[in-house]
Amino acid sequence: MENKSTKYMNPYLAGVLLGIVLLAAFFFAGRGLGASGAVKDTIATCVITVAPTHAENSSFFGKYTKKKESPMKAWLVYEMLGVLLGAIISGAIAGRFKLKIEHSPKISSRTRLIAAVAGGMLFGIGSQLGRGCTSGAALSGMASLSTAGFVSMLSIFGTAYIFAYIFRKLWI
Amino acid sequence: MGPLITQDIIGGQWNFVIAFIIGIGFGFVLEQAGFSSSRKLAGVFYGYDFVVLRVFFVAAITATVGLLFFSYFDWIDLSLIYVNPIFLKSAIVGGVIMGLGFIIGGFCPGTSVCASAIGKIDAMFFLGGIFIGILLYGESFSLFKDLYYDKVPVDKMVFDALGISQGTFVLILILIALAAFYVTSLIEKKVDKVEY
Repeated sequence: MENKSTKYMNPYLAGVLLGIVLLAAFFFAGRGLGASGAVKDTIATCVITVAPTHAENSSFFGKYTKKKESPMKAWLVYEMLGVLLGAIISGAIAGRFKLKIEHSPKISSRTRLIAAVAGGMLFGIGSQLGRGCTSGAALSGMASLSTAGFVSMLSIFGTAYIFAYIFRKLWI
Repeated sequence: MGPLITQDIIGGQWNFVIAFIIGIGFGFVLEQAGFSSSRKLAGVFYGYDFVVLRVFFVAAITATVGLLFFSYFDWIDLSLIYVNPIFLKSAIVGGVIMGLGFIIGGFCPGTSVCASAIGKIDAMFFLGGIFIGILLYGESFSLFKDLYYDKVPVDKMVFDALGISQGTFVLILILIALAAFYVTSLIEKKVDKVEY
C-alpha cells in the first residue's frame, strides 16, 4: 500500500487556503460558509411542493411559504452546488474517484451504513437546533469571533471526544 | 469597501455566482485536505490523525486575522458581517447532538457532500440521514420550539463575553492553536498508525 499521507495536501496549507475561501465569503457576501442550511432549503422546497397546505400550517416550514421566491434560490444552495463541483475537481486531479464504503475492518459495511444514517440524522436534528453545523455555526462562527461559534465548536467536539471511547469499534 | 454584495458594490444578481465559486473553493480544499474520508476525520478523536484540528484551527485563525486586517485597512465594514446570534442552551444541546452524530457517522454535512462527490457510499447514506433528521426536526418543531428560542443573556461577541479585548482574544487563540499543533504532533507519534 502506498503512503496515503503524501497524497493529501499539507493540512496547514489547506487550513490557510480554507481560511482565504472563508475570508472571501465574508468580503463578498458578508457571511461565512455553511452546509446544513442548503439541506434545510431543499427539504423546505420538497415539503412545499408535495404538501403545500401542510407546509403552510407548519411552524417550521410555514415561514418559507410566505416568501415569493423558492427556498432553493438561496446562497447556501448555490454554495453547496459549488462544493460538490469543487470536490469532484479535486477528486479528479488526485485520482480518488471510487465507489466504496469506507469502514473499520472490525465492522461490516452494513453496520457502517446504519451508523452513517444514524449519524446523519443526529447531525440533521442538531444542526437545526444549534442554528448551523460545523461549517456555519462552528467554523464561520469562530472566524467572526461570535460566542455562538465557540460554544458550538466546544459542544460538538467535546461531545465527540466524550463518546469516542464507546464508539471506538466503528473507527479503530 | 467590503462586504461587496451587501453594500451593492457588486450587484445582487452576482450573489449566487459568487456563492457557487466560493463553494468550489470550499469543496476543493476540503477534498484536497482529506476531509472526504470518514476514517481520516475520525482520527482526531482517536489520536492517529489530527488533520481536522489543523485545518479547522488554521482556517478559523486565517479568516479572523484576515478580517481584522481588512477592517484595519478599511477594506471591510465589520458591522455589516453576519455574526451568529447566541442562544446558549440550544447551541449547547444542538452541539451535543451534532457531536454524537459526528462520532457515530464520521462526517459533518459539508464533508459528507465532499465524500459523496468522490463516490463514498457511506457519505451518501450520511447525507440521506441529514435529510431525514432535518425533516423529522421540521415536523416535530413544536417539541423543540421552547428550547430553540430560549435566550440566556450572553454577549454576542466572544471577547466581550470573556471580558477581554478583541486583540488579546485573537492572540490567546493563536497561542492555543500553536500549543495544540505541537501537543497533537507528539500524540500522533505515540499512537499506532491506522491504515485506511
